[in-house]
Amino acid sequence: MNAPVAIEVQGLVKRIGSRTILNDVNLTIEPRQTVALIGPSGGGKSTLLRCLNGLCSFDAGRIRVGPYVLHAGGGRSHAAEARKVRRLVGMIFQDFQLFPHLTALGNVMEAPRRVLGLPYDEARQRGMQLLERVGLADRADAYPRELSGGQQQRVAIARAMAMNPRALLCDEITSALDPELKGEVLAVLADLKLDGLTLVLVTHEMGFARRSADRVVVLVEGTVVEDGPPSQVLDNPQTPRTQRFLSRVLV
Amino acid sequence: MPPLRWAADAEGGAPYIFRDPARPDRHIGFEVDLIEALEEELGRPIEFVQYDFKSLVSGLRRGDFDFAMNGLEVTPDRARQLRFSRPYYVYRLRLVVRRDETRFDTFLGCRDAGGVVATLEDTAAERLLDQLGIAKRIYDSQAEPYNDLEQGQVDAVLLDLPIAEYYARHRPRLRYAEEPEVRGYYAIAFRPEQEELARQFDAAIARLWSTGRLRHIYEKWGLWNEDQAILGTLGPAGDVLGDSARKWTPAQYLPLLLQGAWVTIEVSVLSMMAAMALGLPIALARLYGPAPLRWLAAAYVEFFRGIPVLLLLYFLYYGLPTLSEYYRLSVDLKLAPLQAAILGFGLNYAAYEAEIYRAGIGSIGRGQWEAAASLGMSRSLAFRRIILPQAVRVIIPPVTNDFIALLKDTSLVSVIAVVELTKQYQILAKSSMKYLEIGLATAALYLAMSVPLGYLSRRLEKRWGKGT
Repeated sequence: MNAPVAIEVQGLVKRIGSRTILNDVNLTIEPRQTVALIGPSGGGKSTLLRCLNGLCSFDAGRIRVGPYVLHAGGGRSHAAEARKVRRLVGMIFQDFQLFPHLTALGNVMEAPRRVLGLPYDEARQRGMQLLERVGLADRADAYPRELSGGQQQRVAIARAMAMNPRALLCDEITSALDPELKGEVLAVLADLKLDGLTLVLVTHEMGFARRSADRVVVLVEGTVVEDGPPSQVLDNPQTPRTQRFLSRVLV
Repeated sequence: MPPLRWAADAEGGAPYIFRDPARPDRHIGFEVDLIEALEEELGRPIEFVQYDFKSLVSGLRRGDFDFAMNGLEVTPDRARQLRFSRPYYVYRLRLVVRRDETRFDTFLGCRDAGGVVATLEDTAAERLLDQLGIAKRIYDSQAEPYNDLEQGQVDAVLLDLPIAEYYARHRPRLRYAEEPEVRGYYAIAFRPEQEELARQFDAAIARLWSTGRLRHIYEKWGLWNEDQAILGTLGPAGDVLGDSARKWTPAQYLPLLLQGAWVTIEVSVLSMMAAMALGLPIALARLYGPAPLRWLAAAYVEFFRGIPVLLLLYFLYYGLPTLSEYYRLSVDLKLAPLQAAILGFGLNYAAYEAEIYRAGIGSIGRGQWEAAASLGMSRSLAFRRIILPQAVRVIIPPVTNDFIALLKDTSLVSVIAVVELTKQYQILAKSSMKYLEIGLATAALYLAMSVPLGYLSRRLEKRWGKGT
């Protein structure tokens, strides 16, 4: 059950006004693969990630997630298909986006209860297990504002995992955290990787990318300029654009 | 000599003083003619000051003008504080009923039939109804009681003969009931310290009587009758009546104030419930509806926010019935006063609540929608479970604010014959002259309503604000 899914991006083009954010992106992500998306800011990393679960519509190309296909143009059919995609693909945001009116446990239980229709006891039990897994079982009744940034992000991960996704999209999930808090979040992520989930991370943590990613994809000006195992891309970049970018971040 | 300043209310004041339909820039009426005659007798110019009828007595006491002459009835309450001239007209009260009325033809018959009689505030007619224990409904101007009688909102109208002559006589659907033997006097009101001026007027009125000019004026206006003969024999009106003023104690006025407060609460609470319920779909249509619905919702808000509630109340109460009559609609658009009040305020405040909801919902960031969507929630589920609970906290304080504003705005409903707290205050203060004492009691009642609301709002805010 719950086999991880493959994600296939073909000829993806996304424009905002006259600017082209994504320019013919092609990318195939195998099940269970962990892919780090890196590149200069404004290069289209976050936009690509948001396209993958239908939060963004796009102008050309298509995206296949498991059995579902998102087409260009948005609209009603896109929205319906996107909802199916989101049942397979969870997402974690840079700024956590916990629901402030719910406790940590409430945040984790909400979607299983209302979307999957789980009975209260079952949702609660699962929620507690997940909070335990991210090391926050003792803060189950705390409201988000009572938690540190790192704790909030761990709740957000538990919340995404509660829907039992086959893939997880992480959008710079440690960028808003103090350095000493990044570690706890990255540790949780490394733990999830052991489950064999398909993971796509937009990240600036080159160390983490090197240790945990199977693949590093460099996105510059809306185009994939380099794609390969970390050792190759990070240590032996082939294109000048990647070299320029890495020379700036790997000081 | 500077002109004397004469105060009267020309608004709907026929046949006393009103705008000439042929030349709306000037006033006519039997009192205008009378003033002209007095100017000649006194050899002094008199200039007209427009003044709200209900405030004539207090305006006079404050010294806003020199005298009031506007069908002002000599009553014990007034005679105690004012110097009345000798009467210039003897009025009778006319009970007017619908032509097809069969249940009663007298005061007592009306009372036994449980009828409601319309009249004007603070008049001899009102006091008579009180004395006889007949249910009354109080109006602000002279035409509306008869309109409502035709519409079946009341069972009879009791007003001074000149008013009935002018507003009811020609209406085919109304007729005079048995003529009650109730009589009173119109006199000119001065402040007690204006004794000298008042004496001059007394003399002038006496001369107008003896030269027949007074009679001539009344005949011209169709107001002459046998009753007027007594005018030649009367002295200043204060003497006639003596001083039998009622004493107003808190035990007497508090129950009446509480009654008014209850009406205020009733109108406010029901209107607010209607406004809050109606506001949500309007806000949602404006935020998320397809284009035509969005425009409709925006138009609703602009319209109801842009017109005065007073106008809306007049339209709902007096306008709608004539509409259904005019187009011969089968639906009866006649609203009871309370229904019209609740509907009017509900429609008006729904526009405000919709805007508050819209701002509150809009204040919840896009990230929350996206987080909910990424968990597989539909838009409606995300709205109900994630957005709305957060918006409620933002919405509570301004909605409470509106509720308190509404409590006070409801004082406008007196124009459609609902007696709420402020109206009750006006009535009581004018009959007792205890403007300050009863005013403070009224203010205390308003505060007793609004302060707990503020407290409740803070409690709710806390309850809904857990975590934020």
